[in-house]
Amino acid sequence: MVKNYITIILLLLVTTGLLAQDWERNDLTIYETFDEFEEVLHRDNDTTYLINFWATWCGPCVKELPHIEEMNDHYKNEKYQTVLVSLDFPKQIDSKLIPFLNKHNISSEVIVLLDGKSNNWIDRVDDRWSGAIPITIIYNKEKRLFLEKQFHSEKELVELIDSFINN
Amino acid sequence: MNKLLFIGIMAAGLFLSAFTTLHNGYHIGDTAADFSLKNVDGKMVSLSDYDDAKGYIVTFTCNHCPYAVMYEDRLIELHNTYAPKGYPVVAINPNDPAANAEDGFPEMQERAEQKGFPFAYLFDDGQKIYPKYGATKTPHVFLLDSNRKVKYIGAIDDSPRDADAVEVKYLEDAITALENGKNPDPATTKAIGCSIKTVK
Repeated sequence: MVKNYITIILLLLVTTGLLAQDWERNDLTIYETFDEFEEVLHRDNDTTYLINFWATWCGPCVKELPHIEEMNDHYKNEKYQTVLVSLDFPKQIDSKLIPFLNKHNISSEVIVLLDGKSNNWIDRVDDRWSGAIPITIIYNKEKRLFLEKQFHSEKELVELIDSFINN
Repeated sequence: MNKLLFIGIMAAGLFLSAFTTLHNGYHIGDTAADFSLKNVDGKMVSLSDYDDAKGYIVTFTCNHCPYAVMYEDRLIELHNTYAPKGYPVVAINPNDPAANAEDGFPEMQERAEQKGFPFAYLFDDGQKIYPKYGATKTPHVFLLDSNRKVKYIGAIDDSPRDADAVEVKYLEDAITALENGKNPDPATTKAIGCSIKTVK
């Protein structure tokens, strides 16, 4: 009987361990300068990318994140990739960002952009960007969309991404 | 031919609507509207109340945004330096407390008291003033001259997260330009900030 319980507990531990990605600092790609990061916005291949600029301190960003995360599952059979670009502060990567990624089971690729001289690079992301977050860029080698807004549903995202993938 | 004309008109219409949505708010050289907003001391404040002002540092800011908080000490210093020279900081919280409770009027009073804000910290009740200016985030600065002409829009300096790493003080440079009868260069800059919170 006791043996059975132990087996069940062990099984539970293993499965939860498999489901939850254990984020560590090594799992993040950390860029000190925008110059190093810039190619992420201009990859020339067959994949459609959704690039979301966010931070754990940004309320609307955190609210829309589950909808964006859902896209990974929705498009798992397509050439699609989500890239979350965190603008969290350098001192809060270990104390805030990594615990957040673990708590919310984030499955997207996560990049940290530390370049603090934002006036030098906001226009290079998109000259329509005011500097407020969240923003989302959807692009592939055919076309590109810039959105300074918060998403409130998965449907909104699917409609946009479909126009990139099914054309 | 008619079809082509129709497409042309549609395209022009689309272009115009895109143009108007993208360019809300003030540009450099526009005359900014005055306002009457409640200050944390309970009194109504207008730009016209400032006698002998040579300009105004109208700053959309708030309680909850970490970027706004990082600039609090720098705003205090700016006001203490430039108000005696005729350029007071006039801070406005554009956020709807229904969207973020930290930005309510009592919370503003509390924060102003804690930090000892020497400048007016006004509440944009009903969120009517910030769209006129075209503020999109906090903090977002509009430097006006004595005639309320918009002379500079954007960031306070080039290093929001680290006051010790500031290399260019955009706003102070813009004030110096005004003092010398020149137009600020750059006249606009950008910085990361928190979107303005409203209930839709």
